[in-house]
Amino acid sequence: MSKIIGPALVAAVFLLGAASAPAGTPHLLNVSYDPTRELFKALNARFAADWRQQTHDSVTIDMSHGGSGAQSRAVIDGLDADVVTLALAYDIDAIAQKAKLLPADWQRRLPDDSAPFTSTIVFLVRKGNPKHIHDWRDLVTSGTAVVTPNPKTSGGARWAFLAAWAYALHAPGGDTAKARAFVADLYHHVPVLDSGARGSTITFTRRGIGDALLSWENEAHLALKEAGGDRFEIVYPSASILAEPPVAVVEANAARHGTTAVANAYLKFLYTPAAQEIEAANFYRPRDPTVLAAHARDFPTIRLSTIREFGGWQQAQRQFFADGGIFDQIYKPGR
Amino acid sequence: MVAIADTPRRGTNRVLPGFGLSLGFTLFCLATIVLIPLTALAIRPWSLGVGGVIAAVTAPRVVAALTLSFGGAAIAASINAVMGFVVAWTLVRYRFPGKRVFDALIDLPFALPTAVAGVALSALYSENGWLGGPLSLLGIKVAYTPLGVLVALIFIGLPFVVRTLQPVIAEMGADAEEAAATLGAAPARIFLRVTLPALLPALLTGVGLAWARAVGEYGSVIFIAGNLPMKSEIAPLLIIIKLEQFDYAGAAAIGLVMLVLAFTVILVLNLVQARLTARR
Amino acid sequence: MTRYARTPTEGGTAPRLLLIGTAIVFIVLFLLLPLLTVFSNALESGVPAALAAIGTPDALAAIRLTLLVAAITVPVNIVFGLAASWAVAKHDFRGKSLLTALIDLPFSVSPVVAGLAFVLIFGLQGWFGPWLRAHDIRIIFALPGILLATLFVSFPFVARELIPLMADQGRDEEEAAISLGASGLATFLRVTLPNIKWGLLYGVLLCNARIMGEFGAVSVVSGHIRGLTDTMPLHVEVLYNDYDFVGAFAVAALLALLAVVTLVFKSLLEWRYGDEIAATHRH
Repeated sequence: MSKIIGPALVAAVFLLGAASAPAGTPHLLNVSYDPTRELFKALNARFAADWRQQTHDSVTIDMSHGGSGAQSRAVIDGLDADVVTLALAYDIDAIAQKAKLLPADWQRRLPDDSAPFTSTIVFLVRKGNPKHIHDWRDLVTSGTAVVTPNPKTSGGARWAFLAAWAYALHAPGGDTAKARAFVADLYHHVPVLDSGARGSTITFTRRGIGDALLSWENEAHLALKEAGGDRFEIVYPSASILAEPPVAVVEANAARHGTTAVANAYLKFLYTPAAQEIEAANFYRPRDPTVLAAHARDFPTIRLSTIREFGGWQQAQRQFFADGGIFDQIYKPGR
Repeated sequence: MVAIADTPRRGTNRVLPGFGLSLGFTLFCLATIVLIPLTALAIRPWSLGVGGVIAAVTAPRVVAALTLSFGGAAIAASINAVMGFVVAWTLVRYRFPGKRVFDALIDLPFALPTAVAGVALSALYSENGWLGGPLSLLGIKVAYTPLGVLVALIFIGLPFVVRTLQPVIAEMGADAEEAAATLGAAPARIFLRVTLPALLPALLTGVGLAWARAVGEYGSVIFIAGNLPMKSEIAPLLIIIKLEQFDYAGAAAIGLVMLVLAFTVILVLNLVQARLTARR
Repeated sequence: MTRYARTPTEGGTAPRLLLIGTAIVFIVLFLLLPLLTVFSNALESGVPAALAAIGTPDALAAIRLTLLVAAITVPVNIVFGLAASWAVAKHDFRGKSLLTALIDLPFSVSPVVAGLAFVLIFGLQGWFGPWLRAHDIRIIFALPGILLATLFVSFPFVARELIPLMADQGRDEEEAAISLGASGLATFLRVTLPNIKWGLLYGVLLCNARIMGEFGAVSVVSGHIRGLTDTMPLHVEVLYNDYDFVGAFAVAALLALLAVVTLVFKSLLEWRYGDEIAATHRH
């Protein structure tokens, strides 16, 4: 037995050492929303290279992905994020209010309301568009199944909900009652709600469920690239919503880890032309006008509502997505 | 399942030392790692109140998920009962080339991580998979349907039945059967009247174990299941969904139901075991 | 297991061949094919691509984490197994079958439920959440949570291999040693341990396979932080959802290789020390 214990202890010590070796280089934990995996893979590589060049220091950025609302709750519950890059401002507001990990005016720290890029919601349909889905109203025809994530956990799902609402509101003869009826009808056509955008994409593309996917613009392009451009196509509706995914340093956590400087540099990096170019290449709409113009072909112009029309996120969340809000009232699964 | 052979009692004097220490340590570990967490699970749902718990557990989506998990496990266990019996019998009674390899393969579901089994089954039965392709030509869709869930549950339950039966078949020997044969009974009759009753207890134990394991299975199922609420959504997945929505009490309610049912089955199995051991 | 084979009592080649054929087809279909699929998919783009997938920083971190978890939890399980089997198998006391039922309990608890139970205790909404937060101790979303969840599911393995084995062996040798003046510890080390060493190794083998492969329980408590709290099975899921099939199956193949090695060692142990281990199968 002793012949086993000795080497085993040595191995254990080695493993423990190996496991904590990277602790030498600073680690940033970026808690992000669901579809940004490929984006941040590219961005992080570029930032690490730039950082090394500027400071001769290494930095490792760890990623966590999930539905924006779920990630927000996770950070409140103790997920040790240095930086959050979520789908909408409310999810970061919640961290500021409930866990007091960053100041209430966090959104003013960075340009463009702390959103280095924007996006919108589009439809992904099967190749050939057999169900002839061209606009929001086509989603509620009989026999059409729509896939979208759960607004309770996903940021993209909330943007999609608001986009649908705005469409019905601005349609000829539209009013609040009609908007509510339309959105209720829409969700009756949804067979399953995944917790995040990537889950819904997989349900649609891999599990073959649904006729249309309400998707982030960038996620739709990625699906074409990865899941087969010969099996799906993107449909731009007549109107959608301007989604502004914000970023912020979780100041209390960063201070505790001693990563404040590099965290700030990381977020500022997202606005640089090099980063904006990477974002555009991944089909996120860059803020930088030069880069946007260079990629204009990838980003069709459609009428985009904004969150301001809904009175800001605090009001929108309370009215639509909080417990007992309009979403809870209209969505009863299994009926 | 653990059966302790009767050891002759020597009064209450403990001849061997270390009983207190070992028992104490065992109880301590059990308490901290197993019992206290399960107690938390038992307590949490009641923050909803009795009515709340009942409402949470009888919601249509929850009932559908529990039905799929428990019912699917039952169907899979039944299939394993038949096929497991065939496999166990064959491995014990017959010789054929490569038998050792096949015998070793039986334990694969024990040794293989559930996530690996999950992606493997999902790839195997998808539309361009080795099995999914031919099956889809026949019009049978396995991946992302309840059928896929069944396949995964059969996979992970098989070794329980086979491994429980094998030693019993082996020990049973051929004497009773040979005696019945010399008395002129036909093979089918021998099987039904002599062999099967002797093996039934072990078969039931194995099926029970396979069922209990299948009820709680998560990793091998979620990749091949459609995860459609009311249709192909298993109970463990629903628990995770509720957790993600931070409905801790609702998740705990489902977990509690699963726990109570599973524990009941174990208790019954252990009692059956004890009775059988006493009778032998 | 050739020592169990006997000549069939039913006559006739046809039923025999039919049964053998059915068994073989079933085993190939349900067990062999899934195993082969893993390797086939991993090597779809060639060996270098598969090796590259395993060599990414996130994959290496996942491998390290899995090994670390095993390195910590296997010894704990050994100590627990030895203690539990010493108490249960070598002594008589009331409540013995209740204790053994409790030891078996984790087998029938869904791994997801196990993970959930720990979140209910250590998560921020749980019993100790606020206290842990105040003292900056991380259990959920960190290594300790993963260790606890893994311990829960792997607890019974060593114990339930050893208990029937030690019970079968009886107490005579130990009692003899004690009466000759040996201390309890010496008795345990010199008399008991050598008798059970192959059963112990067998239990450790199964335990380790379960630990390295655990998915459901760890999935709930880990936080899915790539490079930090993703074990190998979790990493398979991550890559699968990232559309990286070669990567996912490459990591899966590594785990499958571990499973095959486990099966081989298991067979070897049973073949050479079948008598001892057979005793544990009389459940």
